[in-house]
Amino acid sequence: MADLTSNFIGIKSPNPFWLASAPPTDKEYNVRRAFEAGWGGVVWKTLGEQGPPVVNVNGPRYGAIWGADRRLLGLNNIELITDRPLEVNLREMKSVKRDYPDRALIASIMVPCTEEAWKAILPLVEETGADGVELNFGCPHGMSERGMGSAVGQVPEYIEMVTRWVKQYTRMPCIVKLTPNITDIRKPAMAAHAGGADAVSLINTINSITSVDLDLFAPEPTIDGKGAHGGYCGPAVKPIALNMVAEIARSPEMRGLPISGIGGVTTWKDAAEFMALGAGNVQVCTAAMTYGFKIVQEMISGLAQYLDEKEITLPDLVGRAVPNVSDWQNLNLNYISKAKIDQDLCISCGRCYAACEDTSHQAIDMSDDRVFTVKDDECVACNLCVNVCPVEDCITMEQMAPGSVDPRTGKVVEAAPADWTSHPNNPMCATAAD
Amino acid sequence: MDPKALVSGIMPGRMDTAAIEAAFGDLHPPLDDHEALVAADRCYFCHDAPCQTACPTEIDIPLFIRQIATGTPEAAARTILSQNILGGMCARVCPTETLCEEVCVREVAEGKPVEIGRLQRYATDTVMAQNVHPFERDAATGKRIAVVGAGPAGLACAHRLAMMGHDVVLMDARPKPGGLNEYGIAAYKSTEDFAAREVAWLMQIGGIELRNGVALGRDVTLEALKAEYDAVFLGLGLGGVNALGVDGDDREGVADAVSFIADLRQASDLATLPVGRDVVVIGGGMTAVDAAVQSKLLGALNVTIVYRRSQARMAASVYEQELAQSKGVRIICSASPVSVHGNGAVREIEFEFTDDALARTGERFRLPADQVFRAIGQTLTGEGLPALEGRKIAVDGTGRTSLEGVWAGGDCASGGDDLTVTAVAEGRDAAEDIHMSLMG
Ligand SMILES: Cc1cc2nc3c(=O)[nH]c(=O)nc-3n(C[C@H](O)[C@H](O)[C@H](O)COP(=O)(O)OP(=O)(O)OC[C@H]3O[C@@H](n4cnc5c(N)ncnc54)[C@H](O)[C@@H]3O)c2cc1C
Ligand SMILES: Cc1cc2nc3c(=O)[nH]c(=O)nc-3n(C[C@H](O)[C@H](O)[C@H](O)COP(=O)(O)O)c2cc1C
Ligand code: SF4
Repeated sequence: MADLTSNFIGIKSPNPFWLASAPPTDKEYNVRRAFEAGWGGVVWKTLGEQGPPVVNVNGPRYGAIWGADRRLLGLNNIELITDRPLEVNLREMKSVKRDYPDRALIASIMVPCTEEAWKAILPLVEETGADGVELNFGCPHGMSERGMGSAVGQVPEYIEMVTRWVKQYTRMPCIVKLTPNITDIRKPAMAAHAGGADAVSLINTINSITSVDLDLFAPEPTIDGKGAHGGYCGPAVKPIALNMVAEIARSPEMRGLPISGIGGVTTWKDAAEFMALGAGNVQVCTAAMTYGFKIVQEMISGLAQYLDEKEITLPDLVGRAVPNVSDWQNLNLNYISKAKIDQDLCISCGRCYAACEDTSHQAIDMSDDRVFTVKDDECVACNLCVNVCPVEDCITMEQMAPGSVDPRTGKVVEAAPADWTSHPNNPMCATAAD
Repeated sequence: MDPKALVSGIMPGRMDTAAIEAAFGDLHPPLDDHEALVAADRCYFCHDAPCQTACPTEIDIPLFIRQIATGTPEAAARTILSQNILGGMCARVCPTETLCEEVCVREVAEGKPVEIGRLQRYATDTVMAQNVHPFERDAATGKRIAVVGAGPAGLACAHRLAMMGHDVVLMDARPKPGGLNEYGIAAYKSTEDFAAREVAWLMQIGGIELRNGVALGRDVTLEALKAEYDAVFLGLGLGGVNALGVDGDDREGVADAVSFIADLRQASDLATLPVGRDVVVIGGGMTAVDAAVQSKLLGALNVTIVYRRSQARMAASVYEQELAQSKGVRIICSASPVSVHGNGAVREIEFEFTDDALARTGERFRLPADQVFRAIGQTLTGEGLPALEGRKIAVDGTGRTSLEGVWAGGDCASGGDDLTVTAVAEGRDAAEDIHMSLMG
């Protein structure tokens, strides 16, 4: 079986699956059970300053959206950082780390944006034997109203400043956790990089209101008739997180900056995708909160099987897809494909027909006896039919061989690639040619 | 109707080969990839899942279904096989309606369980089709263990022992290994010679020497085995059959259901297998149902199961009763046989109605019969065995018998249901205990 041992910025763990800083890692009891279940590491629930801890609401903290069969797709929360005293958390961290020396234990920290505050907490954390720290610049609710969390994460100068303090006052590896609630994820990542961060982790949760109670006329979760935006996570945020990870991974300024991928990781496949886009490991929260700690066993067996089948190692996987993340203008316009319906697999539901006929290019023909076929002379290869088809691999996109004639345009398919930058309709290109 | 169907007497070829083959097709056909994904998606990944508890081998069912759902049926198979090396056969023969699927939370809530058995088959078929054996042997221990009986209990025990590095000699009186998997399970549950293929696949672990045609009590004694080997496991099954004990029991045409099924399972062409026109099966368990259904599928015109208590008390599950009825088998309950009539060969069989306490009512009736099958239970046979409890070898929770160094499991041992999956669990657990006691 493939070796899943992970070394992330010098922090070793038996596998690249860590639990993200959140309720699953809020106390010793949970973390021990997580380690017993097989998790490679945990980022402890975010610690705050010494003194009276923060308080949480006493009404509901979560909102959710569901897919078919009430499968949880997205979770929204208004929980704050740990509401347990700092000393208790530190004591428990030390005890867990002592008993599980082979697992990664990272302390997530969020204290006010002053040098003294950071200087004060770091030695206490170091004392626990933790393998590193993660700076929580991401929490989008509550803490941000107090000038912490995403309030820091949205100002690159603050990120850089705090990161510098941390690098100055501890030798522990430092991961900066980024908020997605910005327009260009590269800016805060660059600031962390400039401040000397050993890695960035992303994403934290996304500002969201999941639903509105139509009797109370208030956002959900509703507390005494009112609601506040929360942070969104779970499978629904994965596409956003993947893009942000890729943006950092392919940015020349941050080449080689290690990334811990977070956001919607639910199965081994999600994890492999994050890693292929440049994440050195992944962190998981919602999937564990939905299904319990045991899912890590599927992640371990699935990733190992995948690596074995591909005959690659874990480090080979990391970043393997990054060179193929490109800009639209560089996509080959001479690559032409057509949808093809496998009649043996087709269950004749007609969803492809409805989608194409009503909303796309009228390229699917329906016979009286419900046989669906693609009209190659109309198909623009948009892929919508593939995505609405309930049967996997029933509709596939088949590339047209160079030299053949595209019945839609009547033109010969060219072998040589050509993209928008050289297309005659591109005004920039026309100017350049003049 | 084919005129051959109407001819009385026991004769082969009541239907042509093609019709018989179609009738004996897979009872639970395999899921294709798409069906498997849809079926897997229904699993809620329950915590401390009731299905897992209900499975005698305690397969981590939610985990293997999740592994199927995430596109890794090979990993799913490993999850299954690490608990139950005959997971492929169990997927086909387990009465899931009274085990895992009965307690599936979706069965309880909607009357429609996750199709655990078929998903299990999907996963195990995947690795067997690749002819991959997912386990390797530990370093050799130098210990030698005799396993007597190559049925599910013996096979599971032998495999686990071999995996832990022991050398195993697996002996069986019959010419082929597999026990009732090979000779007893209904043909439509184990199609395409699955039992033999599964044994061959299982043996790939190495370290198991199979000796067929060796009978304990005839070719070798327990004393000798104890002396020669470091431990002995007995997985003898139940070789004897209960007698009817009524007048005319010995008439021509009266036979044991298990022998009929064994012949059926070994027939290379089912159209050559003789079957009566009016078949009566006496009994109320799985064997009765299997004999009746298979008679019907061979072309018998009238097939009747007669059971002595009420239908609710039949050992065959409701699902199996309905299966029989859907194939056209009639089930008569609360009637006990009194005598078998006929001149040499059986012509009629007479019953008397009984209540649930088996008290006779005095009401009698006769059924025309040219073939009668006894399916009223099997018994342990053999001399010089360890101490019995009731009519089975007494064992503790880990399969230890009254004799030092001798373990037993499966149908021949006390406790547990007489099911393939139970035999596997007991064989496996005995292997673990043998290992513990030999290795300290
Ligand atoms: C007709 C029928 C249908 C069934 N259908 C199902 C079903 O659908 N699902 C289900 O779960 N269960 C079913 N069962 C029950 C199931 O087959 C048994 O519970 C299971 O096979 C028991 O396994 P075992 O290893 O204990 O015994 P067996 O399978 O009986 O194997 C015992 C082996 O020991 C050998 N042996 C016996 N005596 C000696 C000796 N003295 N020396 C050497 N070898 C010896 C035999 O040849 C045999 O190979 C059915 C049983 C019958 C009879
Ligand atoms: C209830 C809840 C509390 C969280 N608390 C924290 C926190 O204290 N510190 C932190 O860095 N992230 C926190 N997060 C964010 C998660 O660590 C993670 O970044 C996010 O949920 C995305 O991952 P996921 O899709 O796997 O859940 C929290 C998330 C949830 C659901
Ligand atoms: S072995 Fe049989 S009982 Fe156990 S889970 Fe499988 S199908 Fe169900």
